[in-house]
Amino acid sequence: MSSASSKRYRYLFVTVLGWLAAALLFFPIFWMVLTSFKTEVEAIALPPKLFFQPTFENYITIQERADYFSFAMNSIVISVGSTLLALILAIPAAYAMAFFPTKRTKGTLLWMLSTKMLPPVGVLVPIYLLFRDSNLLDTRIGLTIIYTLINLPIVVWMIYTFFKDVPKDILEAGRMDGASPKQEVFHVLMPLSLPGIASTALLAIILSWNEAFWSLNLTTTNAAPLTTFIASFSSPQGLFWAQLSAASTLAIAPILIFGWLSQRQLVRGLTFGAVK
Amino acid sequence: MRQFRFAKMIAAFLMGILLVQIHACSPSSQDSEGASGSQANENTTLTIATVNNSDMVVMQDLSKQFEEENPNISLKWVVLEENVLRQRVTNDIANRGGQFDVLTIGTYETPIWAEQSWLLPFENLPAEYDVEDILPPVRDALSYEDKLYALPFYAESSMLYYRKDLFDAAGITVPDQPTYEQVREWAAAVHDPDNGVYGICLRGKPGWGENTALFTTMVNTFGGKWFDTEWQPTLDSPEWREALTYYVDILNQYGPPGVSSNGFNENLALFSTGNCGMWIDATVAAGKLADPDESQVADTVAFARAPVASYPNGSNWLWAWSLAVPASTRSPEAAQTFIQWATSKPYVQLVAQERGWVAAPPGTRRSTYEQPEYKEAAPFADIVLTSIESADPSKPTADPVPYKGVQFVAIPEFQALGTQVGQTLAAALTGQVSVDQALQQAQANAVETMKRAGYIS
Amino acid sequence: MSSTLAVKPHNTKTSKRQVATLPLVAPSVLVLLIWMIVPLLMTLWFSLQRYNLLNPANTGFAGLNNYISLLSTSSLWISIFNTLVLVGSVLVITIALGTLLAVLFNEEFWGRSIARLLAIAPFFVMPTVSALIWKNMLMHPVNGLFAFVTRSLGLGSIDWFAQYPMLSVILIVSWEWLPFALLILLTAIQSLDHEQVEAARMDGAKSTAIFRFITLPHLGRAIAVLAMIEMIFFLTIFAEIFVTTSGGPGLATTNLAYFIYLRALFEFDVGGASAAGLIAVILANIVAIFLMRLVARNLDV
Repeated sequence: MSSASSKRYRYLFVTVLGWLAAALLFFPIFWMVLTSFKTEVEAIALPPKLFFQPTFENYITIQERADYFSFAMNSIVISVGSTLLALILAIPAAYAMAFFPTKRTKGTLLWMLSTKMLPPVGVLVPIYLLFRDSNLLDTRIGLTIIYTLINLPIVVWMIYTFFKDVPKDILEAGRMDGASPKQEVFHVLMPLSLPGIASTALLAIILSWNEAFWSLNLTTTNAAPLTTFIASFSSPQGLFWAQLSAASTLAIAPILIFGWLSQRQLVRGLTFGAVK
Repeated sequence: MRQFRFAKMIAAFLMGILLVQIHACSPSSQDSEGASGSQANENTTLTIATVNNSDMVVMQDLSKQFEEENPNISLKWVVLEENVLRQRVTNDIANRGGQFDVLTIGTYETPIWAEQSWLLPFENLPAEYDVEDILPPVRDALSYEDKLYALPFYAESSMLYYRKDLFDAAGITVPDQPTYEQVREWAAAVHDPDNGVYGICLRGKPGWGENTALFTTMVNTFGGKWFDTEWQPTLDSPEWREALTYYVDILNQYGPPGVSSNGFNENLALFSTGNCGMWIDATVAAGKLADPDESQVADTVAFARAPVASYPNGSNWLWAWSLAVPASTRSPEAAQTFIQWATSKPYVQLVAQERGWVAAPPGTRRSTYEQPEYKEAAPFADIVLTSIESADPSKPTADPVPYKGVQFVAIPEFQALGTQVGQTLAAALTGQVSVDQALQQAQANAVETMKRAGYIS
Repeated sequence: MSSTLAVKPHNTKTSKRQVATLPLVAPSVLVLLIWMIVPLLMTLWFSLQRYNLLNPANTGFAGLNNYISLLSTSSLWISIFNTLVLVGSVLVITIALGTLLAVLFNEEFWGRSIARLLAIAPFFVMPTVSALIWKNMLMHPVNGLFAFVTRSLGLGSIDWFAQYPMLSVILIVSWEWLPFALLILLTAIQSLDHEQVEAARMDGAKSTAIFRFITLPHLGRAIAVLAMIEMIFFLTIFAEIFVTTSGGPGLATTNLAYFIYLRALFEFDVGGASAAGLIAVILANIVAIFLMRLVARNLDV
């Protein structure tokens, strides 16, 4: 009996602790969303207002000034496109490096990561010149290529780690049954590491979604994603916190919803324990 | 077999690129057609780069009228924050990217860029545009070798804002032209932090367009300067020391907390929520502080000219957000048509009609200040006009200097140097370094920059 | 990590099957090679030039002058030091708290899936936006929520960005990246062998002991990978500094990325910025090698 009640206390304790942590981490976002429904004067009122007459005026103003949907569409196409490209390039490479390592594997992995270390602002002028000459300025394809390249090392690393987690015996068993390498990848490896691939994809999408340097510098109007949308609201003259909050809420809403939908897939976890 | 799989992989990759490309092409291909055709009959698309100030937002809203009047011109907007816009646009122009047709730039960039032949001059402006109506200091500031390279959208100087209710309670009357010594006394008199009122709010956020701009006007009026006639930096002079000591002391004693991260916006928020007794800043804030929708002190804010110390010139700055056409544009005529529309007299009337006279773009045209409706709607109009007319960018300091500009030095290197010095000022403000150390460091930075740029050896 | 598995599979059978790895790895390596070599060579070239965008008339070969003038400014060294402080502290904070949170969110509790989603949400927010929220709505000494709370408690307000500039930046960046650490470590923790944990619990092992001897070793590689990835991003932290402190007061929060930014986009000194960029690459690689040494035993490549 004592063990049952201690279990209950533990459950209660963990619930309180878990929610406390979640609330603390989420609070700034909650505050932002709340502010987006206030008027500008309410937004900086002290003491802060928790209860107020919500207004949609900020959202209406924003849509009047900038076509949110065209920015959002660019963000979706560019981040999903670059993530797919990165996955197509990375999965074979990670497969080879995880299961058939050679002397050079470790070096290659490290070198890939080191390509990310060049500060983007240092190479802006060279890239701008290259983009200008190949007519890639302000195109979705241009930004997609850049994002694929800057995310590729991370994607390779993460998938490599997840592949390493797949127990070799499962692959061995498949091979005994005469599976070809292609079948091995598509029918054994991919399903097993799907949560890992999903979280990698989500990470790559988020990173492209939030990337603000190249998107600001390489696009003007046609291919401009949501980061440039945000930049146009970030510090106008006058009071702007409610409007900025509304713009920010709009900018993160799609990715938040996407995260919500994919969360089951994400945290289901790798289930090798049961298999073994 | 393995070769075959590899080939398939490549094929998939190319397919992916192709798919995205197809997707990407549909809107952009139409556009490039539009942009390349500059003939009058064909449709022209203008890409306009602008800052997100409220007057610019109004222009964006009202530009639908322009598109109705000119059915073959359509407008696309790139709205960015000031610093980001400057970098984005400079990079594009210097590298001849050709992404923009109309630029929003200030009095700092215009002469510098004109010198590089990056801008197209405005020549043969039509008579009804009435270029003589534009205030002379603004016109001068936007000219290079006697040609106009940008047309002003709105212009500003700096002035003193104060809270009439607090000043009345303390028994203070403010003269038309206050001095910095008086400002110090008044700050002490109205400082009441327990009730959330701080004696004075000033810019402390580092940046050449933020704290350095304000501080440079203080240096000017204390009798100092950035460079002597030989381009030797004079940042360790007694005048700089006097100005910096004043600035640090008054803000540490009577300033709000967090002053080293307050720029124009932050101070505007502070003043409009009733947290400041005084504030010296851009004249464009007047319209916002007097607007009850945006400000809690709309009925108690009062206006005076920017304070002076020993030398009257250069105590208030001059800035004009202006529109210019880059040399790399594909549609120069359409771009000039748009700029003339946006800076014309009828545009001022249009804003007045749609948004009320108080929202009319200030500081550019004498005719605006001759409108009785404007004077009535904007009680600060006279002070703004006198401030702008008295600002003389070619004679900003007590001693002769080799540069133009009141709150800046119109050389390309100033952006970086001004920002660096601004950081040092902020460090002195937070007490990280002493006033003397700060000035030494600022002087060293200035000497290094000027050496590297080849002004001095 | 396989060392923690109950049954350690032997690898000899695998080697029987040979797969040509080159065609698999080649596409990634090739595109990255191009992506790296082309800008790198251009940067190298520019770094030896006298090249300022705002001064097209004054160009020419500069030799090592850009490097010499860079290495002789004290701000470069200060910014390198700041970079290391920033990277180090955020790494420690996110990994330590991330591990604890991952263990917490691995436990069953009421409404766990929603709490978990709320906890990872900060990672979805653009850096510019989070910096703006923290600066204006939370940490602002007059209008901010923190100041309101501390003032209500009679403690006065803290001027975060003036008094503790680096700490403030560290706080914001940690808030953004803690969810990422949580996400990665949670996924890793869920691949933990449940039977093993249950068996240990049956044998009367305390939760702390299970954490210390089973969970933590299991997380070794995930932590190593996490540290690598985070380090890459932390070395180039920019938006948070740009929005909040602009690198100040003084040079208190100027990191290398911000330093280069000032050169490249304020001075438009392409030569100097290129040289600084190359110095950053060298520094990054030194840090990477150092970090690799530290975590190498967890990476059984």
